[in-house]
Amino acid sequence: MSANLIGLLMEATWQTLYMVAVSAVLGAAFGLPLGVFLATSQRGELLSRPLVNRVLGLVVNAARSVPFIILVVAIIPFTRMIAGTSIGTTAAIVPLTIAAVPFIARLIENAIREVDSGLIEAARAMGATPLQIIRKVLIPEALPSITLGLTLAAVSLIGYSAMVGAVGGEGLGDLGIRYGYQRFMPDVMAVVVIILIVLVQLVQSIGEWIAAKVDKRAPKGRGQ
Amino acid sequence: MSDGKPQGASIVFQAVGKAFNKPDGKQVSAVSDASLTVDSGAITGIIGRSGAGKSTMLRMVNGLERPTSGQVLVGGQDVGAAQGAALRGIRRDVGMIFQHFNLLSSRTVAGNIALPLEVAGVPAAQIKARVADLIDRVGLNAQSNNYPAELSGGQKQRVGIARALATEPKVLLSDEATSALDPETTQTVLTLLKDINRDLGLTILLITHEMAVVRDIASHVAVIEGGKIVEAGKTYDVFTAPQHPTTRSFLSGVTGVTLPAFIKGRMLETRPKGAAKEVLRVTFAGMHATDPMLALLTRDLGIEVNILAGAVEEIGTQPFGNLLISLDADKGVDARAYLEQHGLLTEVLGYVS
Repeated sequence: MSANLIGLLMEATWQTLYMVAVSAVLGAAFGLPLGVFLATSQRGELLSRPLVNRVLGLVVNAARSVPFIILVVAIIPFTRMIAGTSIGTTAAIVPLTIAAVPFIARLIENAIREVDSGLIEAARAMGATPLQIIRKVLIPEALPSITLGLTLAAVSLIGYSAMVGAVGGEGLGDLGIRYGYQRFMPDVMAVVVIILIVLVQLVQSIGEWIAAKVDKRAPKGRGQ
Repeated sequence: MSDGKPQGASIVFQAVGKAFNKPDGKQVSAVSDASLTVDSGAITGIIGRSGAGKSTMLRMVNGLERPTSGQVLVGGQDVGAAQGAALRGIRRDVGMIFQHFNLLSSRTVAGNIALPLEVAGVPAAQIKARVADLIDRVGLNAQSNNYPAELSGGQKQRVGIARALATEPKVLLSDEATSALDPETTQTVLTLLKDINRDLGLTILLITHEMAVVRDIASHVAVIEGGKIVEAGKTYDVFTAPQHPTTRSFLSGVTGVTLPAFIKGRMLETRPKGAAKEVLRVTFAGMHATDPMLALLTRDLGIEVNILAGAVEEIGTQPFGNLLISLDADKGVDARAYLEQHGLLTEVLGYVS
């Protein structure tokens, strides 16, 4: 493999990491509050806003129904408005983030809902405000699940990032298609796949390690 | 953080009713027309079977549930009418402990106890000192940096108690706090509650389905059945002279005095023809509890008595005896008159031929 190709692979790896990292952080920044709200705004819950909850739920489901590749091209005007261009790695962050937000929101919602309702009751009995309950009880208690959810989202984003080649997003997936498939270079394809496998393993392992670190539920020294 | 002894607050239920809306639109009544006064500084137990409404009663004291009729007053404040900041203020005056402890798994012992203080906006330095005091009071000095998952049930409930006391409440609510604990641990937790009541003077209202818990620590008891208070009073009075069948059935469990199966199986409600034995429950209360009444009965009236089961125990500090005996049914009237004349209570349970 030529030095030129190795340079391309390294650049593509960096582009993938950049797209995934930025869209994961942005997705979490918007998805966390949305997920917490979805979990706490159902009837009878902490913030009980059943109507808003229903509407937001519909929007989230709709966003999640759109196949990613269609989302990428459908929102090109919006992408141009935000990123100034619809082509390139930075522009690709826009559809990736938009796909990540509802996905992460649902994962966070599930994590928050798993928190024992007895803890919410105890906090209410202490005189805690709904916001205090969210900050001091729900999020800390859901943190192991939230961490695993974000890990899942990051891994999915690595997969999605391969598709943004359609709008010139570059990255590993794009390299694999252009060189490995269109130029008949199976060795490039193989290397791309291996790098992706390593990336996913790495993200998954780091996520699980953090989740285990923040999880105080099981006594130390006992199995997972 | 006053150094003075905090005062307890009284709790008054005034004709309280609570109905829940079911998903199908129907209403179910959990509590109806319940009136009860819980004295300031007393330990009062509400006892009832599951579904009797005792949990709803307790949860109305700190506004976790709102009454649909009547009023719940804590220290004179109407809890049901309080909203927002006023309600949160009342809740800081009312600590609560739970059957399943409800501790945050993500926080250490010290962190859990600090939570209500953080919620109340107490400065960090004061929180630290107060938490250290509380940990000391409940005897968890060695565990202060442990997480709940590393504690035993009894230790978890100690954390729950310390947490409930953090904001120096006037009232402590206990929701089946010992029901998930083994008998030995239950005793240590009950002793802790008793000590707290004595030292801090706060009012304790507990709900339980175990008469033993009431016997061991409550000075007053209310019996709830089908959402209604069917009997209430001083524990000793209710134990020695229960009026309601529900109370009696709870007591038969706790006093440990039940008929042996071979008698129970043969017992008749009405007196059969011919020779028969009358089965009596004799209750010795107060100063008569230690008198040798059966021996006197035999000496004075010549009536012979079979003892079927019996026990003498303490409620509060007063002895209380409970005996199941059988004697010749022909002599039953005389024997009962004699015993009652000497201050004992009798109840005919049935007859055996």
